[in-house]
Amino acid sequence: MYLDFEKPIGDLETKLAEMKQVAEESEVDVTKEVKSLEAKILELKKDIYSNLTRWQRVQLSRHPERPYTLDYIQGMCDTFIELHGDRAVKDDMAMVGGFGTIGEQTFMIIGHQKGRKTKERQVRNFGMANPDGYRKALRLMKLAEKFNKPIVTLIDTPGAYPGLEAEERGQAEAIARNLKEMFMLKVPVICIIIGEGASGGALGIAIGDKVMMLENTWYSVISPESCSSILWRSWDYKELAAEALKLTAEDMLQHGLIDGIIGEPLGGAHQDPSWMYQTLKDELSKMLLELNELSAKERIAKRIEKFASMGVTVEG
Amino acid sequence: MSWFKRTEKGITTPTEEKREVPDGLWYQCPECKKVVPTKEHAEHAYTCSECNYHARIGSKEYFELLFDNQHFTELDENLVSSDPLTFKDSQPYPNRIVAAQKKTGLKDAVRTGFGKMDGMNVVICCMDFAFVGGSMGSVVGEKIARGIDHARKKKCPFIMISKSGGARMMEAGFSLMQMAKTSAKLALLDQDGLPYISLMTDPTTGGVTASYAMLGDFNIAEPGSLIGFAGPRVVKETIGKDLPAGFQTAEFLLEHGFLDFIVDRKEMKKRLSDLLHMLSK
Repeated sequence: MYLDFEKPIGDLETKLAEMKQVAEESEVDVTKEVKSLEAKILELKKDIYSNLTRWQRVQLSRHPERPYTLDYIQGMCDTFIELHGDRAVKDDMAMVGGFGTIGEQTFMIIGHQKGRKTKERQVRNFGMANPDGYRKALRLMKLAEKFNKPIVTLIDTPGAYPGLEAEERGQAEAIARNLKEMFMLKVPVICIIIGEGASGGALGIAIGDKVMMLENTWYSVISPESCSSILWRSWDYKELAAEALKLTAEDMLQHGLIDGIIGEPLGGAHQDPSWMYQTLKDELSKMLLELNELSAKERIAKRIEKFASMGVTVEG
Repeated sequence: MSWFKRTEKGITTPTEEKREVPDGLWYQCPECKKVVPTKEHAEHAYTCSECNYHARIGSKEYFELLFDNQHFTELDENLVSSDPLTFKDSQPYPNRIVAAQKKTGLKDAVRTGFGKMDGMNVVICCMDFAFVGGSMGSVVGEKIARGIDHARKKKCPFIMISKSGGARMMEAGFSLMQMAKTSAKLALLDQDGLPYISLMTDPTTGGVTASYAMLGDFNIAEPGSLIGFAGPRVVKETIGKDLPAGFQTAEFLLEHGFLDFIVDRKEMKKRLSDLLHMLSK
């Protein structure tokens, strides 16, 4: 599947496939032509993906073939045991979590979960968690703390679910509580934006010692579409809104609102998922090593200090 | 009948220009339409003597109602917004700020007062909805964070009066992180064993509700206040149905277990100070 701005790549790749097929059928030697076309495609890709607009990044972050939380878990962990439920109301399928081992280390891995096919999308509520999801996440974090296991959260949500029951069960309270509690977790906490990082729904599991964004993701206070509808009173200004919000990984790093960026394969994580899983695995091990240098007290103090210093004001 | 014709459709007063409490001699309750002298309305703590409708008021009025002899020291009063993203929609963000400052006489959407309430030291941060919808950007987050720091320094209770549409879009990622910042400071207040009362007023929604407003040791609200995460319009669009009567009101939240109690503004000072005095005995 090609996104609108990827069409030129799609055209060339179709041409390449045709050329190969013709060669096979007619036994004509086209090795040279194939090579030259492949080089051309690579050039085009490099050109397109190194000049992405902010809106195009948003599109990539939502690419239907992009790996989701459970794909990462499967791709990275030798063993994973999923744990369910918030012990109060239900098991929120839009938020998953459990213990997983990567090499010799057991992590608590928690993340938003989107679905791929129509039915699964509904079951996963499009990655929009209810309060039960945030409470489940917190329960699992406390469990990790009890057994002294580091926590990894994978963020990929278009927002916390704005439904009637979500309000009845205290969506705001659930998110707020997570923010406060996550600051005091004694174990290392690493948060990775793997797709969409929309507002409070993302932040609700994104308070960590390390907050990283994959290269083609976005993280902001509102989605470009909703921002467009509120500030421009129309859904048509999403490109402008994306530019104004400065929501890419580069923007967020430049403003000191995240700790780093993790690169993706050319064209996005879905172009080479196993490369992506290996990269994230290596990054996690590196970050954990660094965080283990500090005591729990030091980590908590640094975590608080980092977020407390965010914001730009002027003493008038 | 052309003299009868409206030249522009709909209500044309911009939200910022709407006066919540008119300065005239008379005040008409928007709920029951009862007309009372403005002075009498103020003496009733800006509530309607007929139907008890709580008019929307700002930090000036709340500080007058809560601090002894209306005396307090304002903290960080000159802290103002910057424009870290050079944000522009229909107009540049700095223009909006300047316009809001001119209209309201305020610097931003929150003010901090330190003073005595029934003889007890308290820090009160109070939001002003009149300033860009009470939206939370860096200034709001920073002033609340410093307010909490001040309470910790003085070892006194912290009171937050929320009235906000949520995070301020024009500071995007920075606004989002104010939710984290204020929550971090409240975690430190917890560690120090100091009380935090969160008073939610009409309206309290979005990122403000999903951070400091819901984190009180005591979550209380004024009667009839709209309190929620998503705004009613968004919820309605999501579920595709009309919302039940009373949805997202203070009474609804009390029923669902998210408030400790609802407080009438006329009794607010007494209820708050009774509660805080109990904790110090």
